[in-house]
Amino acid sequence: MSSSSPRAAYFRGLRQSLPFLLVVLPFGMLFGVVARDAGLDLAQTMGFSVVVIAGAAQFTAVQLMQDQAPTIIVLASALAVNLRMAMYAASLAPHLGPAPSWQRIFIAYFNVDATYALSHLEYERNPSQPLPQKVAYYMGTATVICLPWYVVTWIGAVLGNAIPAGLSLDFAVPIAFISFFAPALRTPAHIAAALASIVLAVSLQWVPHNLWILLAGAGAMIVGAEVERRLAQ
Amino acid sequence: MTGWSDTAIWVVVVGLGLGTFAIRYSFLGLLGNRDLPEWVLRHLRYTAVGILPALITPMVLWPDATDGQTDPARLTAALVALSAGYLTKDAIVTIVSGLGTLFLLQAVGV
Repeated sequence: MSSSSPRAAYFRGLRQSLPFLLVVLPFGMLFGVVARDAGLDLAQTMGFSVVVIAGAAQFTAVQLMQDQAPTIIVLASALAVNLRMAMYAASLAPHLGPAPSWQRIFIAYFNVDATYALSHLEYERNPSQPLPQKVAYYMGTATVICLPWYVVTWIGAVLGNAIPAGLSLDFAVPIAFISFFAPALRTPAHIAAALASIVLAVSLQWVPHNLWILLAGAGAMIVGAEVERRLAQ
Repeated sequence: MTGWSDTAIWVVVVGLGLGTFAIRYSFLGLLGNRDLPEWVLRHLRYTAVGILPALITPMVLWPDATDGQTDPARLTAALVALSAGYLTKDAIVTIVSGLGTLFLLQAVGV
Protein backbone atom coordinates (compact mmCIF):
# COMPACT_ATOMS: atom_id res chain seq x y z
CA MET A 1 0.00 0.00 0.00
CA SER A 2 2.06 2.90 -1.31
CA SER A 3 0.89 6.42 -0.70
CA SER A 4 0.16 8.31 -3.90
CA SER A 5 -0.29 11.81 -2.49
CA PRO A 6 -0.28 13.76 0.77
CA ARG A 7 -4.05 13.97 0.41
CA ALA A 8 -4.35 10.17 0.32
CA ALA A 9 -2.00 9.91 3.31
CA TYR A 10 -4.09 12.44 5.25
CA PHE A 11 -7.27 10.45 4.69
CA ARG A 12 -5.51 7.18 5.53
CA GLY A 13 -4.52 8.79 8.86
CA LEU A 14 -8.11 9.91 9.43
CA ARG A 15 -9.52 6.48 8.72
CA GLN A 16 -7.05 4.49 10.80
CA SER A 17 -7.61 6.76 13.83
CA LEU A 18 -11.37 6.27 13.99
CA PRO A 19 -11.34 3.30 16.44
CA PHE A 20 -9.43 5.48 18.94
CA LEU A 21 -12.45 7.75 19.23
CA LEU A 22 -13.96 5.07 21.48
CA VAL A 23 -11.27 5.98 24.02
CA VAL A 24 -10.88 9.70 23.35
CA LEU A 25 -14.54 10.67 23.52
CA PRO A 26 -15.36 9.21 26.98
CA PHE A 27 -12.03 10.41 28.48
CA GLY A 28 -12.47 13.96 27.26
CA MET A 29 -16.00 14.05 28.54
CA LEU A 30 -14.93 12.58 31.87
CA PHE A 31 -12.28 15.28 32.20
CA GLY A 32 -14.92 17.96 31.64
CA VAL A 33 -17.14 16.41 34.32
CA VAL A 34 -14.32 15.89 36.85
CA ALA A 35 -12.81 19.36 36.35
CA ARG A 36 -16.13 21.15 36.85
CA ASP A 37 -16.88 18.90 39.82
CA ALA A 38 -13.53 19.95 41.33
CA GLY A 39 -14.59 23.58 41.07
CA LEU A 40 -12.91 24.81 37.86
CA ASP A 41 -15.00 27.15 35.72
CA LEU A 42 -15.79 26.43 32.08
CA ALA A 43 -12.92 28.57 30.72
CA GLN A 44 -10.36 26.95 33.04
CA THR A 45 -11.61 23.47 32.14
CA MET A 46 -11.35 24.26 28.42
CA GLY A 47 -7.96 25.88 29.09
CA PHE A 48 -6.59 22.55 30.28
CA SER A 49 -7.86 20.64 27.25
CA VAL A 50 -6.74 23.28 24.70
CA VAL A 51 -3.43 24.46 26.20
CA VAL A 52 -2.21 21.18 27.69
CA ILE A 53 -4.05 18.56 25.56
CA ALA A 54 -2.76 15.53 27.52
CA GLY A 55 -5.43 13.53 29.32
CA ALA A 56 -3.47 11.77 32.07
CA ALA A 57 -1.56 14.95 33.00
CA GLN A 58 -4.78 16.99 33.10
CA PHE A 59 -6.40 14.51 35.48
CA THR A 60 -3.22 14.45 37.59
CA ALA A 61 -3.11 18.23 37.88
CA VAL A 62 -6.77 18.55 38.86
CA GLN A 63 -6.49 15.74 41.41
CA LEU A 64 -3.42 17.28 43.07
CA MET A 65 -5.00 20.76 43.08
CA GLN A 66 -7.97 19.24 44.91
CA ASP A 67 -5.53 17.70 47.39
CA GLN A 68 -4.17 21.24 47.99
CA ALA A 69 -0.66 20.34 46.77
CA PRO A 70 1.67 23.32 46.18
CA THR A 71 1.73 24.70 42.59
CA ILE A 72 5.28 23.50 41.96
CA ILE A 73 4.35 19.93 42.96
CA VAL A 74 1.23 20.02 40.76
CA LEU A 75 3.34 21.13 37.78
CA ALA A 76 6.26 18.76 38.43
CA SER A 77 4.01 15.71 38.91
CA ALA A 78 1.84 16.39 35.87
CA LEU A 79 4.92 17.09 33.74
CA ALA A 80 6.48 13.84 34.97
CA VAL A 81 3.40 12.03 33.65
CA ASN A 82 4.16 13.64 30.26
CA LEU A 83 7.85 12.73 30.16
CA ARG A 84 7.01 9.76 27.97
CA MET A 85 6.35 12.28 25.19
CA ALA A 86 10.08 13.04 25.03
CA MET A 87 10.49 9.42 24.01
CA TYR A 88 7.69 9.74 21.45
CA ALA A 89 9.29 12.89 20.00
CA ALA A 90 12.70 11.22 19.81
CA SER A 91 11.25 8.24 18.00
CA LEU A 92 9.32 10.43 15.51
CA ALA A 93 12.35 12.68 14.88
CA PRO A 94 13.98 10.53 12.16
CA HIS A 95 10.72 10.78 10.16
CA LEU A 96 9.32 14.22 11.00
CA GLY A 97 12.43 16.08 12.23
CA PRO A 98 13.23 17.44 8.72
CA ALA A 99 9.79 19.15 8.48
CA PRO A 100 9.75 22.98 8.47
CA SER A 101 9.70 24.41 11.98
CA TRP A 102 6.14 25.80 11.72
CA GLN A 103 4.95 22.26 10.96
CA ARG A 104 7.02 20.81 13.80
CA ILE A 105 5.25 23.18 16.20
CA PHE A 106 1.90 21.61 15.27
CA ILE A 107 3.38 18.11 15.25
CA ALA A 108 4.71 18.67 18.78
CA TYR A 109 1.44 20.16 20.05
CA PHE A 110 -0.58 17.18 18.75
CA ASN A 111 1.85 14.55 20.11
CA VAL A 112 -0.35 12.32 22.27
CA ASP A 113 -0.34 8.56 22.87
CA ALA A 114 -2.65 7.68 20.00
CA THR A 115 -1.24 10.02 17.29
CA TYR A 116 2.25 8.80 18.16
CA ALA A 117 1.34 5.10 18.20
CA LEU A 118 -0.50 5.24 14.87
CA SER A 119 2.10 7.36 13.07
CA HIS A 120 5.06 5.43 14.35
CA LEU A 121 3.46 2.20 13.11
CA GLU A 122 2.72 3.80 9.72
CA TYR A 123 6.35 4.99 9.29
CA GLU A 124 7.73 1.59 10.30
CA ARG A 125 5.50 -0.07 7.71
CA ASN A 126 6.35 2.41 4.99
CA PRO A 127 9.59 4.23 5.90
CA SER A 128 10.48 5.47 2.42
CA GLN A 129 7.40 7.61 1.78
CA PRO A 130 8.18 11.32 1.20
CA LEU A 131 8.10 13.82 4.08
CA PRO A 132 4.87 15.62 2.99
CA GLN A 133 3.02 12.29 3.08
CA LYS A 134 4.38 11.50 6.54
CA VAL A 135 3.30 14.92 7.85
CA ALA A 136 -0.12 14.59 6.19
CA TYR A 137 -0.71 11.16 7.75
CA TYR A 138 0.18 12.58 11.17
CA MET A 139 -2.22 15.50 10.72
CA GLY A 140 -4.93 13.00 9.71
CA THR A 141 -4.55 11.20 13.03
CA ALA A 142 -4.48 14.54 14.92
CA THR A 143 -7.71 15.66 13.22
CA VAL A 144 -9.61 12.64 14.50
CA ILE A 145 -7.94 12.25 17.90
CA CYS A 146 -7.16 15.80 19.07
CA LEU A 147 -9.87 18.10 17.69
CA PRO A 148 -12.81 16.17 19.26
CA TRP A 149 -10.94 16.35 22.60
CA TYR A 150 -11.94 20.03 22.89
CA VAL A 151 -15.56 19.36 21.95
CA VAL A 152 -16.15 16.48 24.36
CA THR A 153 -14.41 18.34 27.21
CA TRP A 154 -16.90 21.15 26.64
CA ILE A 155 -19.84 18.71 26.52
CA GLY A 156 -18.70 17.04 29.76
CA ALA A 157 -18.16 20.40 31.45
CA VAL A 158 -21.61 21.65 30.48
CA LEU A 159 -23.57 18.43 31.07
CA GLY A 160 -21.61 17.32 34.16
CA ASN A 161 -24.12 18.75 36.60
CA ALA A 162 -26.84 16.55 35.16
CA ILE A 163 -25.06 13.36 36.33
CA PRO A 164 -26.65 11.90 39.50
CA ALA A 165 -24.43 12.13 42.59
CA GLY A 166 -24.86 8.48 43.67
CA LEU A 167 -22.96 7.17 40.65
CA SER A 168 -19.53 6.96 42.38
CA LEU A 169 -17.94 9.07 39.66
CA ASP A 170 -15.06 9.67 42.09
CA PHE A 171 -13.85 6.25 41.05
CA ALA A 172 -13.93 6.99 37.32
CA VAL A 173 -10.54 8.70 37.71
CA PRO A 174 -8.58 5.73 39.11
CA ILE A 175 -10.33 3.40 36.67
CA ALA A 176 -9.40 5.71 33.77
CA PHE A 177 -5.77 5.72 34.97
CA ILE A 178 -5.77 1.92 35.16
CA SER A 179 -6.93 1.89 31.55
CA PHE A 180 -3.92 4.08 30.65
CA PHE A 181 -1.31 1.75 32.11
CA ALA A 182 -2.74 -1.81 32.43
CA PRO A 183 -2.76 -2.41 28.66
CA ALA A 184 0.89 -1.25 28.63
CA LEU A 185 2.01 -4.07 30.96
CA ARG A 186 3.56 -6.04 28.11
CA THR A 187 6.92 -7.16 29.52
CA PRO A 188 8.31 -8.32 32.90
CA ALA A 189 10.09 -4.95 33.14
CA HIS A 190 6.80 -3.04 32.74
CA ILE A 191 5.16 -5.23 35.39
CA ALA A 192 8.12 -4.77 37.76
CA ALA A 193 7.93 -0.98 37.30
CA ALA A 194 4.18 -0.95 38.05
CA LEU A 195 4.62 -3.10 41.17
CA ALA A 196 7.48 -0.90 42.39
CA SER A 197 5.28 2.14 41.76
CA ILE A 198 2.50 0.76 43.99
CA VAL A 199 4.84 -0.40 46.78
CA LEU A 200 6.71 2.93 46.78
CA ALA A 201 3.44 4.90 46.76
CA VAL A 202 2.26 3.08 49.88
CA SER A 203 5.57 3.28 51.73
CA LEU A 204 6.34 6.94 50.88
CA GLN A 205 2.98 8.42 51.93
CA TRP A 206 4.70 10.19 54.84
CA VAL A 207 6.72 12.42 52.46
CA PRO A 208 5.19 15.93 52.62
CA HIS A 209 3.70 18.03 49.78
CA ASN A 210 2.72 15.04 47.64
CA LEU A 211 6.39 14.64 46.72
CA TRP A 212 5.95 10.89 47.12
CA ILE A 213 4.46 10.77 43.60
CA LEU A 214 7.67 11.97 41.98
CA LEU A 215 9.83 9.77 44.21
CA ALA A 216 7.70 6.69 43.54
CA GLY A 217 7.67 7.46 39.80
CA ALA A 218 11.44 7.93 39.62
CA GLY A 219 12.08 4.78 41.66
CA ALA A 220 9.70 2.74 39.50
CA MET A 221 11.33 3.99 36.27
CA ILE A 222 14.74 2.92 37.61
CA VAL A 223 13.33 -0.51 38.53
CA GLY A 224 11.79 -0.94 35.05
CA ALA A 225 14.97 0.13 33.26
CA GLU A 226 17.15 -2.09 35.45
CA VAL A 227 14.94 -5.17 34.96
CA GLU A 228 15.00 -4.56 31.20
CA ARG A 229 18.79 -4.22 31.19
CA ARG A 230 19.32 -7.42 33.20
CA LEU A 231 16.87 -9.47 31.14
CA ALA A 232 18.59 -8.31 27.94
CA GLN A 233 21.98 -9.62 29.10
CA MET B 1 -11.84 25.57 43.43
CA THR B 2 -11.22 25.68 47.17
CA GLY B 3 -7.84 27.14 48.05
CA TRP B 4 -7.02 28.23 44.48
CA SER B 5 -7.39 31.76 43.13
CA ASP B 6 -8.25 32.20 39.44
CA THR B 7 -4.72 33.43 38.82
CA ALA B 8 -3.18 30.39 40.52
CA ILE B 9 -5.32 28.06 38.41
CA TRP B 10 -4.25 29.80 35.18
CA VAL B 11 -0.62 29.59 36.30
CA VAL B 12 -1.05 25.80 36.46
CA VAL B 13 -2.82 25.66 33.06
CA VAL B 14 -0.23 27.82 31.27
CA GLY B 15 2.76 26.34 33.10
CA LEU B 16 1.66 22.81 32.35
CA GLY B 17 0.94 23.76 28.73
CA LEU B 18 4.36 25.35 28.20
CA GLY B 19 6.20 22.54 30.00
CA THR B 20 4.35 19.87 28.05
CA PHE B 21 5.05 21.66 24.77
CA ALA B 22 8.73 21.90 25.68
CA ILE B 23 8.84 18.13 26.27
CA ARG B 24 7.03 17.44 23.00
CA TYR B 25 9.09 19.88 20.90
CA SER B 26 12.51 19.25 22.43
CA PHE B 27 13.62 16.10 20.69
CA LEU B 28 11.64 16.81 17.54
CA GLY B 29 12.66 20.45 17.11
CA LEU B 30 15.40 22.03 19.16
CA LEU B 31 17.62 19.01 19.18
CA GLY B 32 16.67 18.00 15.64
CA ASN B 33 17.78 14.54 14.69
CA ARG B 34 20.10 13.98 17.60
CA ASP B 35 19.16 10.69 19.23
CA LEU B 36 18.63 10.33 22.95
CA PRO B 37 21.16 8.03 24.61
CA GLU B 38 19.94 4.47 25.09
CA TRP B 39 19.96 4.64 28.91
CA VAL B 40 17.67 7.69 28.85
CA LEU B 41 15.23 5.99 26.46
CA ARG B 42 15.31 2.89 28.65
CA HIS B 43 14.08 4.95 31.63
CA LEU B 44 11.55 6.97 29.63
CA ARG B 45 9.90 3.73 28.48
CA TYR B 46 8.66 3.25 32.05
CA THR B 47 7.26 6.73 32.79
CA ALA B 48 3.61 5.77 32.29
CA VAL B 49 3.75 2.44 34.14
CA GLY B 50 6.01 4.00 36.79
CA ILE B 51 3.97 7.07 37.73
CA LEU B 52 0.32 6.29 37.01
CA PRO B 53 -0.02 3.31 39.41
CA ALA B 54 1.55 5.39 42.22
CA LEU B 55 -0.90 8.23 41.61
CA ILE B 56 -4.00 6.10 42.00
CA THR B 57 -2.83 3.71 44.74
CA PRO B 58 -4.06 5.95 47.61
CA MET B 59 -7.35 6.65 45.74
CA VAL B 60 -7.93 2.89 45.48
CA LEU B 61 -6.82 1.93 49.01
CA TRP B 62 -8.16 4.93 50.93
CA PRO B 63 -10.96 6.61 48.89
CA ASP B 64 -12.07 10.13 49.89
CA ALA B 65 -15.66 9.07 49.19
CA THR B 66 -15.52 6.63 52.14
CA ASP B 67 -13.51 9.02 54.37
CA GLY B 68 -10.32 7.07 53.80
CA GLN B 69 -11.76 3.70 54.87
CA THR B 70 -10.77 0.85 52.54
CA ASP B 71 -13.86 -0.01 50.53
CA PRO B 72 -14.22 -3.65 49.35
CA ALA B 73 -16.34 -2.62 46.34
CA ARG B 74 -13.85 -0.02 45.08
CA LEU B 75 -10.84 -2.26 45.75
CA THR B 76 -12.44 -5.18 43.89
CA ALA B 77 -13.42 -2.91 40.98
CA ALA B 78 -9.83 -1.68 40.67
CA LEU B 79 -8.44 -5.23 40.71
CA VAL B 80 -10.97 -6.36 38.09
CA ALA B 81 -10.07 -3.38 35.86
CA LEU B 82 -6.35 -4.09 36.29
CA SER B 83 -6.76 -7.75 35.36
CA ALA B 84 -9.02 -6.95 32.42
CA GLY B 85 -6.60 -4.32 31.10
CA TYR B 86 -3.62 -6.63 31.48
CA LEU B 87 -5.35 -9.58 29.81
CA THR B 88 -7.16 -7.80 26.97
CA LYS B 89 -4.80 -4.81 26.40
CA ASP B 90 -7.98 -2.86 25.67
CA ALA B 91 -8.67 0.49 27.39
CA ILE B 92 -12.43 0.40 26.85
CA VAL B 93 -12.77 -3.13 28.24
CA THR B 94 -10.73 -1.97 31.25
CA ILE B 95 -13.05 0.94 32.02
CA VAL B 96 -16.30 -0.90 31.39
CA SER B 97 -15.28 -3.90 33.52
CA GLY B 98 -14.01 -1.69 36.37
CA LEU B 99 -16.97 0.67 36.60
CA GLY B 100 -19.37 -2.21 35.83
CA THR B 101 -17.98 -4.17 38.79
CA LEU B 102 -18.28 -1.17 41.09
CA PHE B 103 -21.89 -0.39 40.14
CA LEU B 104 -22.82 -4.07 40.38
CA LEU B 105 -21.27 -4.49 43.85
CA GLN B 106 -22.87 -1.28 45.08
CA ALA B 107 -26.24 -2.40 43.70
CA VAL B 108 -26.06 -5.64 45.70
CA GLY B 109 -24.94 -3.72 48.76
CA VAL B 110 -21.24 -4.62 49.18
